[in-house]
Amino acid sequence: MSTIKHHISDPLMAAYAAGNLPYHYELVVAAQISMSDEARARLAAHEMAGGAVMMDSAEADLSAGMKNNVMAMLDEPAPKDVSYQKSGVFPGPVMEALKGKPPKWKSLGFGVRQSILHADKEGSVRLLYIPGGEAVPEHSHEGLELTLVLQGSFSDETGRFGVGDIEIADDDLEHTPHADPGEPCICLAATGAPLRFKKFMPRLFQPIFKI
Amino acid sequence: MDEKNDPNLDLLRNPVMLTAEHALDEHHRGAPMALKRGRGKRDRLNDATQTEYSDQTVWMLAVKNNRDRVAFGMIFDFYAPRLKGFVMRTGVSGAQAEEIVQEVLLTVWRKADQFDPHRAQVSSWIYQIARNRQIDVIRKESRVMPEELSTDLKDEGASHEDASQIMAVEQEAETLRMALARLKPGQREMVEKAYLGELSHSEIQAETGLPLGTIKSRIRLGLEKLRHELKELRS
Repeated sequence: MSTIKHHISDPLMAAYAAGNLPYHYELVVAAQISMSDEARARLAAHEMAGGAVMMDSAEADLSAGMKNNVMAMLDEPAPKDVSYQKSGVFPGPVMEALKGKPPKWKSLGFGVRQSILHADKEGSVRLLYIPGGEAVPEHSHEGLELTLVLQGSFSDETGRFGVGDIEIADDDLEHTPHADPGEPCICLAATGAPLRFKKFMPRLFQPIFKI
Repeated sequence: MDEKNDPNLDLLRNPVMLTAEHALDEHHRGAPMALKRGRGKRDRLNDATQTEYSDQTVWMLAVKNNRDRVAFGMIFDFYAPRLKGFVMRTGVSGAQAEEIVQEVLLTVWRKADQFDPHRAQVSSWIYQIARNRQIDVIRKESRVMPEELSTDLKDEGASHEDASQIMAVEQEAETLRMALARLKPGQREMVEKAYLGELSHSEIQAETGLPLGTIKSRIRLGLEKLRHELKELRS
């Protein structure tokens, strides 16, 4: 079964609101919310549901003195927050992952480039740069694949995805996305397990590219 | 109606104990009426009429706008015990839960300027801070948050308080609490687990049985209005 939508699904949004998405998916969801009022409003709705659950929790007694401790700490200097703003096509959360620097692109051939932002045994998240008209190599992936368009657009068997659109692909979807002709397509893509490219590149090279 | 059978009081004491009939009654007759008081023709209210907001919103706005310590104390008294109970439901010990509650309440004080009643009720804002804190304790990577709304939009929202929007958000939150109380036990448990962070995205059902669509539309409307006003201001 394959489910493709252009926006974040409610289960994903609920898991994001609860802080229960692994980092690689979380980054894509946070990036999309940064780009879309619709997504921001949907997150707010889920947070309201979370607030309702919190309010329905039984009250627990507090230690004596806890309130006084907190009141006494109000004047202490707050830890400095570093917040990242959108830069070019990259929304704040992506800039945060890049630590405010431009992406380090690595060529995958045919003008296609990638920049891995994070990878661990649970999954990975990367930026992909695909020249207009070029294909993303055919691949399959274990687990969910989330692809958010940051610039340009791409199309595959399931439809067309423009800036701010998110493709949610289940693991058994084998698709061949290609950038639409015109400006290069830049995407933020997260996969649950190593992305396996089918023909474009021998499996042998995969450890090198971490894909 | 004597006090014992008054559903309003019953609801205040313990919404979980409500029967489905009570909750429905409340939903259709009680709660929305109570909020209608504030929904006059005036779109913008001054400080004096802010008492029409819920106590929690009034306290939080006092903390945000005036750095009011007494109001913060009220927030503490109201939320800290519930928050501790909530955090302990995730299997955290009492002592650790208090550390988290302490950090969350300090964040409420320090980041009060980020509280936006047009988009969030106080409890949903605190919920989000609490989950952040818990994730940061559990996980190596700190939680990724969406970019804040642009400063222009935030300033516009802060300088033009839209009472009808704030009241509507509060009303939606009340409706949501009623809906949660009305869910069948199994479904309710699923929803609670989801927002306690105990279910993965693939375990969460698409249909929660909660009226999230209407809430989303209301908040979306608020954002559109804000962007529209900002545009007019600039033209």
